[in-house]
Amino acid sequence: MKLTFPHMGNTYIPVKAMLDDLGVNCIIPPFNNKKALEIGTKLAPELACLPLKINLGNFIQAYEMGADSILMTGGCGPCRFGYYCEMHREILSDMGVDMKVITLDIPGNDYNKLLNNVREITGGLNIYKILKAVKNTVEVSKKVDELERLTFKIRPREIHKGATDKIYRSFLYSILKIKGSRNIKKHIDKARNKLLEIQTDKEMKPIRVGIVGEIYTTNDPYSNLYIESRLGNEGIEVTRPVTVSGWIIDHMIKKALHLKGDERYKEAAKPYLGTMIGGHSQETIGNTVLFAKDGYDGVVQIFPLGCMPEIVSESILPSIERDFKIPVMSLIIDEMTGEAGYMTRVEAFIDLLKRRREIDAFEGKGMLSWN
Amino acid sequence: MSIKVGIPKSLFYYQMYPLWNTFFEELGAEVITSPNTTKKILDEGVRVCVDEACVPVKLFHGHVLSIKDKVDILFIPRLTSISKGEYVCPKFGGLPDMVKSTVKGLPEIIDVEINWRKADSNDIESIITIGSFIVKDEKAIKNAYKKAVDKFNDYNEDIKKGFMPEDDKNRKSNLFVVKDSGIINIAVIGHPYNLYDSYINMNLFKKLRANGVNIITQEMIGEDVINLHARKLNKRVFWNFGRKALGSVMHMIEGSDIKGMIFLMSFGCGIDSFIGDLAERMIRRHTDIPFIYVTIDEHSGQAGLDTRLEAFIDMIRWRDKNEVDISAYG
Repeated sequence: MKLTFPHMGNTYIPVKAMLDDLGVNCIIPPFNNKKALEIGTKLAPELACLPLKINLGNFIQAYEMGADSILMTGGCGPCRFGYYCEMHREILSDMGVDMKVITLDIPGNDYNKLLNNVREITGGLNIYKILKAVKNTVEVSKKVDELERLTFKIRPREIHKGATDKIYRSFLYSILKIKGSRNIKKHIDKARNKLLEIQTDKEMKPIRVGIVGEIYTTNDPYSNLYIESRLGNEGIEVTRPVTVSGWIIDHMIKKALHLKGDERYKEAAKPYLGTMIGGHSQETIGNTVLFAKDGYDGVVQIFPLGCMPEIVSESILPSIERDFKIPVMSLIIDEMTGEAGYMTRVEAFIDLLKRRREIDAFEGKGMLSWN
Repeated sequence: MSIKVGIPKSLFYYQMYPLWNTFFEELGAEVITSPNTTKKILDEGVRVCVDEACVPVKLFHGHVLSIKDKVDILFIPRLTSISKGEYVCPKFGGLPDMVKSTVKGLPEIIDVEINWRKADSNDIESIITIGSFIVKDEKAIKNAYKKAVDKFNDYNEDIKKGFMPEDDKNRKSNLFVVKDSGIINIAVIGHPYNLYDSYINMNLFKKLRANGVNIITQEMIGEDVINLHARKLNKRVFWNFGRKALGSVMHMIEGSDIKGMIFLMSFGCGIDSFIGDLAERMIRRHTDIPFIYVTIDEHSGQAGLDTRLEAFIDMIRWRDKNEVDISAYG
């Protein structure tokens, strides 16, 4: 069996680590690219959300590289992601692409199906080996997130522009050649040390922007047109609370074990959005409030066109904007998103944040309205 | 003076109005519903709501605007789930929050969460919370709810027989004049709030009936039949509408004499983007029943719909006469 899985930002690193440790033969599709999106756009229903389209492109490209099975996670809604696996299966089979879709679903009460799927992937049920692999995966994903956070800190402060991007990008590519969680962890540490050697401006107090929204488009640099790197290179420090490790730990492992994760955002979201309505809508609202209270300069919300939970957040965000006087910009991504229009909006937003800060510095209380 | 409860005539209204109207009336409240959809209501909803929302949600905002000043209290329940193990749609779950954040000067809102996902049995708690906005007597609330459920069941029986909420039950207005010879059965799959709002679907039902079409909707198929078919799916659909739609499509494929299928969806509807696609795949894989999408949004024009419907019905009739067996798939 040659297993493949969809890309989502840096998710391939912990997933690769896990599959390597379990001794599973895996094929990582090419990094998200225009071709993948084109393939997906052609195959998927027109109004399906962007991640489904890119996923399909990933699978077809991996199929051409020899993959015969797909590993997906499932879900039970109400966000559309929970039904991705079925859509993939139907679309691929209609296309005559012979790939098996294996779903790791969080079990409601049917643990047998999950165990069978695990058995199929690993070729046996060596619980000790599996638990160890899971533990290592969690460690790797935490480390990857830390590394990413480090780039957010260094990028705006670096003296030679582009130094962070260079190291980080070469790290992302070199992972593909490394096998096993131990080596991957070592490699992450190496990249970390390299990043720490970059010369930075220690005095600088960069503008701080929080990134919220749907998990795929916020985490996947290809689909958000590398917004974190762009903002960073403009001297802006970004923070993104919803991450891959958070997703793996809170949404999969803790949920399966019925443990509670970090729920500060839930408290913060309460006055605006009372309950979980699916996707990351509550995180979006809660984290925006937390950013505002924390004195951030602005918030960017990113989501794919038609994302049901984020449309709810989008219509609630203006109240937070009003109540806390924090500028919020919504960026909506689909296969038609053009770089020029997108960048114009991002630049205008950066200008506004910079101007607000200047006025603040001059008069102490001057405030440029965002509305 | 009795409390005036406002119910916007949109979204869950068409599915559930006999239930809520009877419930509030039994409790002694006066129920005020917003008028039928008009261009003005739609335009105002589109103006205040975010662009990305689907047209039914925009329309809901318009209906809220049109009655908010006429009532003491607005009924916008948070419909997270109305059936076990299933959801409605994220936008329904966040509806009261969307409205509160978008519309200014609202009266008090009954935004009690209705979540029957875990079990059907705890429904009475949310009902009591809703009722206590009107009266404090728990027993009276339970009685009122019981009467409301009876009314609701009667209504669902009527729907099964082919009665449309817009038809006046006593005037037999659902009798139609058949223009062409012969009646054909066409299935219309779509959310009740699109099917039964003749402004937003541009009189789809009247147009079909005037052309001698007998309309079959998923509401006319028994719940047990739907479930029987839905169980055959690889993975359970976790949307209430999705399960019903796919279940009824599978039933129609197997054993009924429908001559065509129209999938009525609103632009940007997340659920329909998947369910419609799956329905189409099933139909094309197993049958040669003609299938079209009718996608509606605030920019839809009447003429385009008329042309497509006419062509669709003509094609079905030609196929029937075996004049030319034209492929339905273009």
